[in-house]
Amino acid sequence: MLRYIVRRLLQLIPTLLGLSVILFIWLHRLPGGPETAILGERGTDETRAKLRHDLGLDEPLWIQYFRFMRRMITGNLGTSISTHRPVVTEFAERFPGTVELTVSALIIAIGLGIPLGYLAARRRGSIVDHGSVAGSLLGICVPIFVLAYLVKEVFAVKLGWFPAAGRQDVTIDATRVTNFYVLDGMLTGEWDAAADALKHLVLPAFTLATIPLAIIIRMTRASVLEVLGEDYVRTAEAKGLTERVVRRRHVLRNALLPIVTTIGLLTGGLLSGAVLTETVYSFTGIGQFIAESIDRRDYPVLMGFIMFVAVIYVTVNLLVDISYGLIDPRVRVR
Amino acid sequence: MALLEVEDLGVTFRGDREVRAVDGVSFTVDAGEVTGLVGESGCGKSVTSLALIGLLPKQNTRRVRVDGRALFDGLDLLRADTRTLRDIRGREIAMIFQDPLSSLNPVVPIGVQVAEVLVRHRGVSKAEAQRRAAQLLDRVGIPDPNRRLKEYPHQLSGGMRQRALIAMAVACRPRLLIADEPTTALDVTIQAQILELLKELVREDGTAMIMITHDLGVVAGLCDRVNVLYAGRVVESAARRPLFAEPVHPYTIGLLNSIPRLDAGQGARLTPIRGSVRDVLPWSQGCAFAPRCDRAVEECLAGPPEITGDPHSFRCVNPGVGVDLEEVR
Repeated sequence: MLRYIVRRLLQLIPTLLGLSVILFIWLHRLPGGPETAILGERGTDETRAKLRHDLGLDEPLWIQYFRFMRRMITGNLGTSISTHRPVVTEFAERFPGTVELTVSALIIAIGLGIPLGYLAARRRGSIVDHGSVAGSLLGICVPIFVLAYLVKEVFAVKLGWFPAAGRQDVTIDATRVTNFYVLDGMLTGEWDAAADALKHLVLPAFTLATIPLAIIIRMTRASVLEVLGEDYVRTAEAKGLTERVVRRRHVLRNALLPIVTTIGLLTGGLLSGAVLTETVYSFTGIGQFIAESIDRRDYPVLMGFIMFVAVIYVTVNLLVDISYGLIDPRVRVR
Repeated sequence: MALLEVEDLGVTFRGDREVRAVDGVSFTVDAGEVTGLVGESGCGKSVTSLALIGLLPKQNTRRVRVDGRALFDGLDLLRADTRTLRDIRGREIAMIFQDPLSSLNPVVPIGVQVAEVLVRHRGVSKAEAQRRAAQLLDRVGIPDPNRRLKEYPHQLSGGMRQRALIAMAVACRPRLLIADEPTTALDVTIQAQILELLKELVREDGTAMIMITHDLGVVAGLCDRVNVLYAGRVVESAARRPLFAEPVHPYTIGLLNSIPRLDAGQGARLTPIRGSVRDVLPWSQGCAFAPRCDRAVEECLAGPPEITGDPHSFRCVNPGVGVDLEEVR
């Protein structure tokens, strides 16, 4: 098992290398450059050329690439062209918010999606079933930014149940350790801060969870329906096992494989959904920063972000593959 | 008193049109007795057994209607609630299915699948259940049981899987074992071993058994009493010996004639029953077998034939006196 994981991690290297080359070329070929963003209308050809030279953008692309790679290997992602702060620092401040948001959304989507999907399958044709199928269709269809505004309008503005924006109430002076606000509150024992951060998470997390939740419900329903027709479920019933054992050991365990695959694939979509959600809720994550960085052609930030997301994506899918082996002995690696 | 008394069991599936898969089946099983339900595919034998323990797909919904009575030790199984049935299944009545690979959960170790019956019905701890599971695997002839406990179905051979399924079925020493074509999916050499094992187990435990099969060879080797089913009804019922020696229903005779025999002369042809199970007449209009029957007379189409005779009963207005007795024995 360990050898398998190591092998998979080693396979990461060529993947990331290829990805970095393609994206580096593609980013730098985009029309416009940071000098245009910085100088704007005031720039002359001369000042623009000078700035390009100062930023090292006038050198051949492959030299720029190797410079970028040399820095990368030492864990240095360079300095942001627009904020003049190290990219690593920027990420350390902003990424935790996004991670907090996506992880919460994932927990909601899985925690509600699997039970609802199971119920829909078990009571096929009932109100629960029709409700979940129709609800999930709606969830997939409504664009996330529309939903975000709607949810915010109703639950934050009209009802006032949850805060409308931000990650933490300004009146709370919380100590920062990891920049994961909820975790920080728990680590430092500032429980009011943790609770407040959690409250700020509710609306954005539910908004972001909608699409994955809808997909997981449908996936679970289909998968469970298939397993319910299997002979071994009938065997389990013939043994007089309790409903609970039949459900957990015989139905869900077998139905889980396609669901786990789906969850792995959903993480990519979650990260891009996070950008939109963060914008609507003024949630200080990486999303807004990246959107601005694209406008400014902030190459170091963008490259760093892309590599980081790629690593997360590949890692999640490695976890998915490992859990395959844990769920189904037939795909266990030799 | 009989252990199981099935009376007028009927199963109707309601889809786009109604299908009466089982149509007034009655039979009894005495304690410790092996009863055969014999017939071609689609004659209602599996549906009968599943209906008894409440495991028909969609049983107890509007799509499936089950009528009649099935008294198990005085309790009507067809009217028992789910809770009672869950207590009976696996403990009082256990079932062995046809395809051992698809009947075992692929992602759960064999040991857990055997032990869970004991945990459920005997209330023993998991560790104790595993210990007893090893004994059970040993009893059904699986070598090196402690290693096999940890293995998964795909790591076992077909015969071994069926033995594991049998171990689960006999774990709680049920009073009735329902075996639904337990050897059909196995190699011929393994078939004989499995039948021998079943025979031995039911004798040792004094368990009654319903053997569902299309294979008259299985019946000959195992059953005390035989019920031949055709199109959802019992057409002939007798103890093993008289059934093989003096079959009277043309369908039973046809079944016996279609068995290949070693002592038949070279070039001798098998005598199949003509037509197929699809060529049935609804029982309400006459004998369902009439369209395929060589002995059919006009009377056969004058309404459903009644079952007559005791203890050798049959449902036929023009019974034959079958095959050459010596050859079948």
